[in-house]
Amino acid sequence: MSLAELHPTTSWYLVLSAVVFSLGALGLLVRRNPLVMFMCVELMLNAVNVTFVAFGKQFNDVGGQLAVFFVLVVAAAEVVVGLAIVVTIIRRRPGATADDLSMLKG
Amino acid sequence: MAAETLVFAIAALLIVAGALGVIFSRNPVHSALWLVQTLFGVAIVFIDLNANFLAAVQVIVYAGAIVILFLFVIMLLGVDKAEDLNIEPIVGQRPIAVVVAAGMFALLLSVILSVGHDFTGATSSTGPLDDVGGAFGQSVTTKPPSDVRVLGVHLFTDYVFAFEITAVLLTIAVVGAVLLARRPSGPLEPLPEGDALEVAS
Repeated sequence: MSLAELHPTTSWYLVLSAVVFSLGALGLLVRRNPLVMFMCVELMLNAVNVTFVAFGKQFNDVGGQLAVFFVLVVAAAEVVVGLAIVVTIIRRRPGATADDLSMLKG
Repeated sequence: MAAETLVFAIAALLIVAGALGVIFSRNPVHSALWLVQTLFGVAIVFIDLNANFLAAVQVIVYAGAIVILFLFVIMLLGVDKAEDLNIEPIVGQRPIAVVVAAGMFALLLSVILSVGHDFTGATSSTGPLDDVGGAFGQSVTTKPPSDVRVLGVHLFTDYVFAFEITAVLLTIAVVGAVLLARRPSGPLEPLPEGDALEVAS
């Protein structure tokens, strides 16, 4: 197959999303700033969204894009509540990292 | 090279570079800006996949609202100090994290490359993407309807209950955020330090 007729298949999008998902997981595990950890969660959510849309196109199914729509809404709600918690914590203890927030551990 | 392929290559480059930037920026503001680049790349991929409405929503909601929210919190709290990435508070956290992430990637890649994608052979089980299925008694046209129309028809018929529930979810999130971020009356007690916790228990 020549380069001119090379079309991206579903597998390309899946591999791309696997890369982004793994990078997001790596950042979530490595970083200690709670805000950056939230951004890494957003990366992982976006990686999953790409797989939804890619599969939706392959199967000519509207369900993929509908799922992405609901993921967007849930992600927005999650960020709002999560950032409110971060604001509350950092207001009480400036410069808190995720390692300092171990009060709930058993 | 086909245009679709070229677009995919550029978008993939933007996405992966942005993701690396989010992880390895020392300053959280830089991380947020790299996140914008990744989200734009994902929007380009959505357009490449004919999901035009989702691409627009991606830019408006993610790049326009969520990242701005991040930046607001960073600026309001003044936590934009660069984090020293060289100190490692938990011994062995980074190598284990790299191993876990690489293992996850290997697992995903092996599944993607080994399994065919025709899992059940069923297509359009939710509904076809290029047809509204005669909803609202529409006449059959030769041109496929726009994805906004298809999404809207399904969202307000089959998925209307889930749609209403998301409205409730957003309301609860807003009320919860206001309650959490409200400054309580009276002096703030500092969170107990680790030593105080051990004494208390």
